[in-house]
Amino acid sequence: MLADAAPIQLLAPDGTLVRNAANEEFLPRIEALDDARLIEFHRQMVVVRRFDIEAGNLQRQGQLALWIPSLGQEGAQVGAGYAARPQDHIFPAYREHAVARIRGVDPMRIIEMLRGLSHGGWDPKAHGNLHLYTLVIGSQSLHATGYAMGVALDGSSGTGDVEKDEAVLVFFGDGATSQGDVSESFVFASSYQTPQVLFLQNNHWAISVPVERQSRTPLYLRSQGFGIPSWQIDGNDVLASYAVTATALDSARTGQGPRFIEALTYRMGAHTTSDDPTKYRQNDELAYWGARDPISRFETYLRARGAGDDVFADIAREAEDLAADVRTRTLELVDPPTGKIFDNVYSDPHPVIEQQRAWLDAYERSFEGTEG
Amino acid sequence: MTDIDTTAADAAAASAAATPASAPAAEPEVKNLTLSKAINLGLRQAMLDDPKVLLMGEDIGPLGGVFRVTEHLHAEFGGNRVLDTPLAESGIIGSAIGLAMRGFRPVIEIQFDGFIFPGFDQITTQLAKQTYRHEGNQSYPVVIRVPYGGHIGAVEHHQESPEAYFAHTAGLRVVSPATPHDAYWMIQEAIRSNDPVMFFEPKSRYWQRGEVQLDAGTAVHMHRSRVVRTGTEVTLIGHGAMVATLLQAAEIAAGEGTSVEVIDLRSISPIDYAPIIESVQKTGRVVVAQEAPQNVSVGSEIAATIAERAFYSLEAPVLRVSGFDTPFPPAKLEKQYLPDADRVLEAVDRALAY
Repeated sequence: MLADAAPIQLLAPDGTLVRNAANEEFLPRIEALDDARLIEFHRQMVVVRRFDIEAGNLQRQGQLALWIPSLGQEGAQVGAGYAARPQDHIFPAYREHAVARIRGVDPMRIIEMLRGLSHGGWDPKAHGNLHLYTLVIGSQSLHATGYAMGVALDGSSGTGDVEKDEAVLVFFGDGATSQGDVSESFVFASSYQTPQVLFLQNNHWAISVPVERQSRTPLYLRSQGFGIPSWQIDGNDVLASYAVTATALDSARTGQGPRFIEALTYRMGAHTTSDDPTKYRQNDELAYWGARDPISRFETYLRARGAGDDVFADIAREAEDLAADVRTRTLELVDPPTGKIFDNVYSDPHPVIEQQRAWLDAYERSFEGTEG
Repeated sequence: MTDIDTTAADAAAASAAATPASAPAAEPEVKNLTLSKAINLGLRQAMLDDPKVLLMGEDIGPLGGVFRVTEHLHAEFGGNRVLDTPLAESGIIGSAIGLAMRGFRPVIEIQFDGFIFPGFDQITTQLAKQTYRHEGNQSYPVVIRVPYGGHIGAVEHHQESPEAYFAHTAGLRVVSPATPHDAYWMIQEAIRSNDPVMFFEPKSRYWQRGEVQLDAGTAVHMHRSRVVRTGTEVTLIGHGAMVATLLQAAEIAAGEGTSVEVIDLRSISPIDYAPIIESVQKTGRVVVAQEAPQNVSVGSEIAATIAERAFYSLEAPVLRVSGFDTPFPPAKLEKQYLPDADRVLEAVDRALAY
């Protein structure tokens, strides 16, 4: 599965810009980015990678119940994350830590979730329209499609004003493409011509099962039978991810219907900290993808454009600062009050919930004054 | 508004919708309606009251649904309010969740009870848990209408009573009307609820007529159980289509000199126990009846709760009359499978024998 059909690539693994017939429509989007913006891409990739490593360490030290590494997928995520406009709505799976940070979600909210303090809990409206992580594989694809139907019904897309028209961006992985919900989201998106982009990060492994078990054909072809145009991109090329996603979102928001992107990337780490990839995959695969790392190629590109050591030192410092801050704040976390069990099960008052809340409260109080 | 539904049928609907709706004034205060028509009127009223209410489902547009519950609504409100969806239950419920996130109040029609299970995952792991997962930042006012139950002689998967699965799931409200009047008001309350509501419609009663009072002062509350017939010796409890069967049993019992009280649950989750406990304290004997299989059923839950809350009032164990713990049989056997008045009376006799 290492040799897919030539994906759209703007930045080669050696850090040089690629120009060819397949990518020329996307190049203007890159040429419009100034150095500050490009450095921001790099900063986000590096900082989130450092955060991801710190979170993995915290899990190993017993501070988190689980960690879900994003190592190796920063290019796909940062490109797509920055491609979304402020008015867009993003439905992640559960590995999109870079997208979450770009949209303004404090990384601690993800830490808290994986420590067992919440099930997510942030308000998407106050966090860059980034919806909660969804752990059941592929379920969010339908929520995104329904949301996009609502955007269209509201008349908030298709006016032709890309600064105002809204679009929806949903992430899922190669394993999810086998779920019925993802196929049903293709059906609904196509049928209602929703303003949305479905973004597949094909990281080649669904825990221990290789993508070949999910599909015998390249996955970017999947949507075409549903009538949804698609592209396959080099997912470790942050510029390709940015330019193609931005183009797709603008097509969707201006009323041209849904688009599908397959980003070829690689899960360099384990599925989660509960996983052991040495049981099922080979080192030569890691070496292949390690040579295509999204961050090192982008650093080469930025240096060729004139970015100096000071830029990278500054970014490295920010990454260390965030890691230290996350560590400090994680160690300060306290467990939620018991009453959180009963909070927000329903929006309207519910007698059974209140009875059980009162019972547990009285039960706990019955121990007051007794020996621990 | 963008026209999301571009099917040919909508052209006709759009022109129909362009005609000003006749003013609802001069409605008589009381109508004699089938249960199906009462829900239809309730849906229409909810759609008039709140532009965010929209209907979704299979064949609910120009056809009006296989039971015609949404008849004429597509013509009146158009394809952006009455969405004929692709034939995929998970897709319908999953996209309704997204619409609710956007601020809509989707009302879904599942075509038949036994067809809900392709959407079960989206209902139980997503819809039911979204408010909790979001720590109250968003509400999920989605109504899922499900025609349920037997007595219609239909093929496999068309006569089931799956309500207990949903009552077992936190985050859902589960109700079932027994009369046209209740149906008219309960569907409107379900749509106004900020929580997901499973609205089980007793399809064998769709064509039964009854008085529906349209005056708001007559509105019932979907989570309040009610005594529909007073009696002194045995309490019968049921919901949906079973309520009529219980009333029939009570009438027969009265002819035999036994005074029976009948309670219509209306709500399966949460269950309103106040009238139930009050009744048990009076009669001391209870029979709970349901079309659903018995194991881990609504009747089982009620029996356990009565035992906990009214143990010293009981003169007999709470007895359950249910469908059997088998799949719903081929339709020619449904009469033997479904509890009827005689099966209820057999349990009444057993309760009285203690």
